[in-house]
Amino acid sequence: MAIQRKAIALLSGGLDSLLAVKVIQEQGILVEGVNFYTGFCVEGHTHAIRKKDEKKQKRNNALWSAELLGIKLNIVDISEEYKDIVINPKHGYGANLNPCLDCKIFMVEQANAMLNKARQLAAEGGFDFIITGEVIGQRPKSQRKETMPIIARESGADDRLLRPLCAQNLPATLPEREGWVDRDKMYDFSGRSRKPQMALAKKFGFEDYAQPAGGCCFLTDESYSKKLADLWSARGEKTYEIDDIMMLKMGRHIRPAPHYKLIVSREEGENNFMMGYRKQYPSIKITSHSGPLTLIDGTPNDEDLLYAARIAGRFSKGRMEDEMTVEITKLGGVTTTHTIRPMRPEEVDQGWYI
Amino acid sequence: MAHHQLDTQGLLCPMPVIKTQDRIKELAVGDTLEVLASDPGVMHDIPAWCRINGHTIVESSKEKRLCTILIEVCDS
Repeated sequence: MAIQRKAIALLSGGLDSLLAVKVIQEQGILVEGVNFYTGFCVEGHTHAIRKKDEKKQKRNNALWSAELLGIKLNIVDISEEYKDIVINPKHGYGANLNPCLDCKIFMVEQANAMLNKARQLAAEGGFDFIITGEVIGQRPKSQRKETMPIIARESGADDRLLRPLCAQNLPATLPEREGWVDRDKMYDFSGRSRKPQMALAKKFGFEDYAQPAGGCCFLTDESYSKKLADLWSARGEKTYEIDDIMMLKMGRHIRPAPHYKLIVSREEGENNFMMGYRKQYPSIKITSHSGPLTLIDGTPNDEDLLYAARIAGRFSKGRMEDEMTVEITKLGGVTTTHTIRPMRPEEVDQGWYI
Repeated sequence: MAHHQLDTQGLLCPMPVIKTQDRIKELAVGDTLEVLASDPGVMHDIPAWCRINGHTIVESSKEKRLCTILIEVCDS
């Protein structure tokens, strides 16, 4: 009786990985999915935070894809280990602070470690190869003809890494040479066009699938990358904690001086979420008028906090009043009440906005 | 068969799903796990994860910003 071959698939929740799995399932391979949480995943976060997005669908696309495919999915938190990839990418950044090539190598490497562990534990019952939804030429940084062998080599997966959507454009891998999969039943997709994937989706009967334009990572976003670069510049070193990268996803970021910045919530959902961070950051609450919660990141002194309160006042309903009352809560929880003059909109320097 | 609780309030998806997944790995078949969460995305994601991995949702509710999901650990 033939051995049931098994593959681990990197399942992002996007169309390409969905199709890659389906192509391989059609060849009788048993597939299990793995999805990595880096901390920079766009999916769900902004929708979960912002009140205006409350009615938007909040599904996790990787879970949704796995269910559609009928495969198990292991979601792995790699946010701590991933810091080194973001801070120190061997292959550099893309258009923004997106270390796409290092990221892909890292994820395949993680999947390869799972494969090796499963093979040690189960010998023939373990996984035989790894599949990804990569397409040559699809992404300018990581999915190019010359990066495909780099990913295979540096991840350690070597010829156990199979890309079913563009396999016919690449040298034969172990699963093809061993006859576990039929090369002729895979594809030769290349380039940025999505038409071949959409046609294949139609063939498989997939009508509702995620289309994350420009990727599913905050690091590909110019505005987000600017905020991260500002954080590193202000701290004088390239480091971050998970709370830092969460905060970069919300609010207006205003830096009136190098040693501190304001994070001003933009709406009720952000306000509610930021309330949970009041013990970790000094905060400003406007009590005399309706207004946003403001958190302060950095090392502000008392005078800075009063100045920040005036800036925060600009975003309240009382912005044109002569006076307003604010509560300033420092780290440690001591709250003091102050009367301040809110800044007029034109007094807030446009150059302070990050 | 024991009852367990997991508080993921303040965490955003997929972290509540990851915490649930990791906790269930430690539990025995027949145990129940009550997950508390503030991200409404769990109302879709945790049932989806349970369906994929063969566990049963006993009940779920959402009151204001608190989501509660009771899971029975099955032999998957």
